[in-house]
Amino acid sequence: MAHAASNSQEIPTRQVSFHKSLAERRTFMNTALTVLALLFSFIAMFPLFSVLYMLLVRGATQLSLSLFTELTPGAGMEGGGIGNAIVGTLVVVVIATVLALPLGFMGAVYLAEYGGETKLAVLVRFCGKVLTGLPSILAGVFAYAMVVVTTGSFSAFAGGAAMAVLMVPTVMLTAESALRAVPSKMKMAAFGMGATRAQVVTKIVIPTAIPGILTGVMLALARAMGETAPLLFTALFSDYWFGGELLKPIASLSVLIYNFAGSPFEHQIALAWAASLVLVTIVLVLNVIAQIATRRPEEH
Amino acid sequence: MASTGMKAGPDLTEAFCSPVSRPPSAWQKNFDVAFKYVAYAFGGGVVLLLGGVVFEVMRHAKTAIADYGFKFLTTSTWDANRADFGILPEILGTLYTSILALGIGGFLGITVALVLSQGFVPRKVELAMKNVIELLAAIPSVVYGLWGIFVLIPLVRGPAGWLNEHFESIPFFSTRLSGPGILPAALVLSIMILPTVTAISREAMAAVPKRLAAAAYGLGATRWEVIFNVTLPTSAGGIFGALVLGFGRALGETMALAMLVGNANVFGLSLFSPGNTLAALLANHFPEAGTVEVGALMYAALVLMLITLAVNALGSWIMLHTTRELKGLG
Repeated sequence: MAHAASNSQEIPTRQVSFHKSLAERRTFMNTALTVLALLFSFIAMFPLFSVLYMLLVRGATQLSLSLFTELTPGAGMEGGGIGNAIVGTLVVVVIATVLALPLGFMGAVYLAEYGGETKLAVLVRFCGKVLTGLPSILAGVFAYAMVVVTTGSFSAFAGGAAMAVLMVPTVMLTAESALRAVPSKMKMAAFGMGATRAQVVTKIVIPTAIPGILTGVMLALARAMGETAPLLFTALFSDYWFGGELLKPIASLSVLIYNFAGSPFEHQIALAWAASLVLVTIVLVLNVIAQIATRRPEEH
Repeated sequence: MASTGMKAGPDLTEAFCSPVSRPPSAWQKNFDVAFKYVAYAFGGGVVLLLGGVVFEVMRHAKTAIADYGFKFLTTSTWDANRADFGILPEILGTLYTSILALGIGGFLGITVALVLSQGFVPRKVELAMKNVIELLAAIPSVVYGLWGIFVLIPLVRGPAGWLNEHFESIPFFSTRLSGPGILPAALVLSIMILPTVTAISREAMAAVPKRLAAAAYGLGATRWEVIFNVTLPTSAGGIFGALVLGFGRALGETMALAMLVGNANVFGLSLFSPGNTLAALLANHFPEAGTVEVGALMYAALVLMLITLAVNALGSWIMLHTTRELKGLG
């Protein structure tokens, strides 16, 4: 090429360098910003690691059998555990699931199979989205107005009702997308066999979408379990075991953490860390299960 | 139905009679209709649920609205014994902490979204970081509150004292941090909105058509020139929507604030002074409130609900419109 060019007329060329040098302002800025962005990303992730570290250091040292089997100690007392709070959290979450599941699930069936893009469906979906953004404490205010004022006492049922309000939109919106992801070929095949719409939905669509629906339930459960604000003035707290009465106040892990975090007693603070460790473990396990469950279909 | 004149074809009557494929029985038809109505009813139930939440709060706030009127929003005493209530410090505190959190959490959230969407790190690291950020959202807020009390407050006390000593004339640093206060509350709040901002703005950035960035790279732009001149302007709508939704989350967040903001019925610009927010007020006063105070708290809850619903509706509206615009680009 050089030989050919030397014979012909000289073409003016500018020296273009593809070599990136930090001495050049643009490349320096580029590298500097990249370093900064990675640094900020690390800062953003720091709290998670710090929280997990603290839970292991302050919480794991408290782990013992009595932690799970004994009642919360009173002010200034030693010993005891968080057994009643663990049981209480489970009871409240079960109540919430029983209340929220039918509404969220059938709401999703309506949206995915019957609603389409009709005005009512758009309204239902909009209400679902608005409920997702509802501050959790307002769910508590709602349950207080509906249940506590009506029955005249703080209760496990009121706590469950408050949590159910928070679970419904998550269950509904994730179940809707799971139901919609069922291939229409499968539905068409069933319709072709003469199945009614209800048969198609109950025998084809729902069984196929079950993993996705369960994922949504799991995520809703994980979110609900960690909620404190809606329980503060609905379920309140109790220093005793759950005795089967749904209309009495009940203990929960999250309210225990809140109450004991502000306690002047070292032992109660230690129990708050232990309760946090238990709660975070349950929540993270539920999240990881949900993530694994959603990942599987993509690998096919 | 087509049996006449189709002698050559297979006998379909037998197929219609087989148990596998036959017309639905009367019971199956009724079930079909009933199932449909049940689905409609539950769909409507979700609308009623939201309506019920709004209605119940309004119903219980009615007397308080009649008693205190507009003055409730502009005065700053909270005295249950004299039945004198005002929530001005709480409204200002809610906005102040949320704006601070939006500044910190929004900046970090968008940066993380860029790192996760613009190919800064290998795919595997990207996925791991994405999971870490998602787990950040999974930690219950009461645990962040506990962490804030025992880790964050001691951590910021040193720098806060130094700022107060040297820059006391600046209103933001005009008081000492004695423990709980605006700054630790806003910091924890920013951690809590970061995952929301990251997830939504990352989606907006990923939706920018690849060829726009490729064209800029082809002209010799560096990665950050592409980010500042192509990616960010194109996804600006989505990022703005993410910030608004994050702001909505911050406004309604309760526990971390109830534990860290100090619950003082005052409002000051100083980052180190204690304050209060609407949600924290509800959390702290509801459990032991008498009838009169409950009315005032319901009024406060209504104010909180209106603010958050308006912000969330705005955020959703922005998201809806920007996704439409981006579709036009692709």
